[in-house]
Amino acid sequence: MSRRTYHAAAIAAEIAVPVAILLAWQAWTVQAQDPKFPRLSTILVEFRQMWLFSQFELHVVPSLTRIAAGFGIALVLGILLGIPLGLSRWGRIIAMPHIEWWRAMPPPALLPISIVLLHSIENRQKIAFIAFFCLFPILLNTIDGVRGIDPTLMETARSYGMRGFERTRRIVFPAALPQIFAGMRTSLSLAVIMMVLTEYFSSTSGVGYVLLISKNTLQLAPMWAAIVLIGVLGYLLNLLLILVERRVLAWHRGWRAATAQ
Amino acid sequence: MAAPDLASTVAVAGRTRPTFATTAGRVAPFVVTVLSIAAGLLVWELVSRSGLISEDDLPAMTTTFNELWSMIHTREFWVAFGETVRGWALGLGIATLLAVPSGILLGSSEFANRALRVPVEFLRPIPSAALIPLLFLTLGTTLKSEVFLATFGAFWPLLVQTIYGVRDVDPVALDTARSFGVGRFERLYRIKLPSAFPYIATGLRISSAVSLILAFTAELFMGTGGLGQIMNVAESFGLTVQVYAIALATGFLGLAIYVLFAAFERWALRWHPSQRAAAA
Repeated sequence: MSRRTYHAAAIAAEIAVPVAILLAWQAWTVQAQDPKFPRLSTILVEFRQMWLFSQFELHVVPSLTRIAAGFGIALVLGILLGIPLGLSRWGRIIAMPHIEWWRAMPPPALLPISIVLLHSIENRQKIAFIAFFCLFPILLNTIDGVRGIDPTLMETARSYGMRGFERTRRIVFPAALPQIFAGMRTSLSLAVIMMVLTEYFSSTSGVGYVLLISKNTLQLAPMWAAIVLIGVLGYLLNLLLILVERRVLAWHRGWRAATAQ
Repeated sequence: MAAPDLASTVAVAGRTRPTFATTAGRVAPFVVTVLSIAAGLLVWELVSRSGLISEDDLPAMTTTFNELWSMIHTREFWVAFGETVRGWALGLGIATLLAVPSGILLGSSEFANRALRVPVEFLRPIPSAALIPLLFLTLGTTLKSEVFLATFGAFWPLLVQTIYGVRDVDPVALDTARSFGVGRFERLYRIKLPSAFPYIATGLRISSAVSLILAFTAELFMGTGGLGQIMNVAESFGLTVQVYAIALATGFLGLAIYVLFAAFERWALRWHPSQRAAAA
């Protein structure tokens, strides 16, 4: 097979396989007539009716707000705590046992506790819960990123008399940024999962709540539509972060490409 | 920060007899770690006892450990503990059996990778928690549901790590083997698998945590037997101390799994430069 036909076949497969999967799903659901598995076309119609955009404001906006607030708090705290810990060996020795304990704790085990402790099943509890578990990937990656800074860079900064906040802002933070983004990607997908979990446990609004209610009332097409929506949300948020990362880290990738040559 | 680092580097390079200073340099971090943990527990005790947070909402540290102590003398606790471990192990095991071969296939064959890229990229970010209602209706509140959920969650990190690992094989080593007439299968298990092994070990560490989270999630939300289920029962009866004690037990289980798999990862990576630098 020549190179060109190989490429053509690869592109054809890239398009054909997903289409084939969707067609097979539709064909199977039409043939099975199982109410638990409504037709793909029914799910898509339901999806359009529910989410574009009649219930968007009622349930999607609260969910997105919780993700954004929780993730934002985790990002700020993760960087603010991570940079000093990355720079200080004793700081790490003191903080690491606590960080290791909480990062190893399975999040759902703290769901009932978060409600008791915060006296809330509203945004306060949901955002705090999301923020708490999104913190650890960002924090640990910031610490690692700061520790991994080229010592020459730090020595150069010192010989230029750069110290304190100036050094953090101009040397430490940018140098750790690629790794911070790696942590952000993990945290963002965690944020979607935590959003579903908190809304599924006890709540009065949000996509997870719709999922729970439609299951309890055996409204299967809306349930499937909610599952599809959560998948789409996860995919789009991840895509958004990749675009931001490309933009923010353009200097970094350019620099790496330049030194690689 | 620089001073102790320098001292330990010199000591390693010189391989001198351990003097008082180097011994202290090694013991001090350990002592500080222990003190830090003790301080954390003390703060917990004081915050609760002083009423800063009411004892109804946050039982004191000693109360919680006492509760855990009496719980571990009951059979019910160990049955639940065993069920959670079983769900975790089955989920991780099945995910490994599925993800590693798929990862090798997708990593070795550019064609297979291109063909399956879009479905994989769409399925991977689906939070497995979203599948709970569906499992409720199809597999019911059974071990099967729990294992399916844990497997689904644990599958993706392992798949991605295996693909990266197989792709990261040194092309020179592969070409050399090929020019010596080493067959496809032998290349796979003598070159590709060993060089992908550290990546798979990292994937196993991530997936071991994910599998536990989802096994517990299934128990908490669907009522399949295990620690999550007894936590749900304790919560609905308003037994706050018990809820805290079960969370503590779950935390210890999570920590044990993390320590075990992190050690395995370090062992798998022992030849890797990043680990040698950290060990020194």
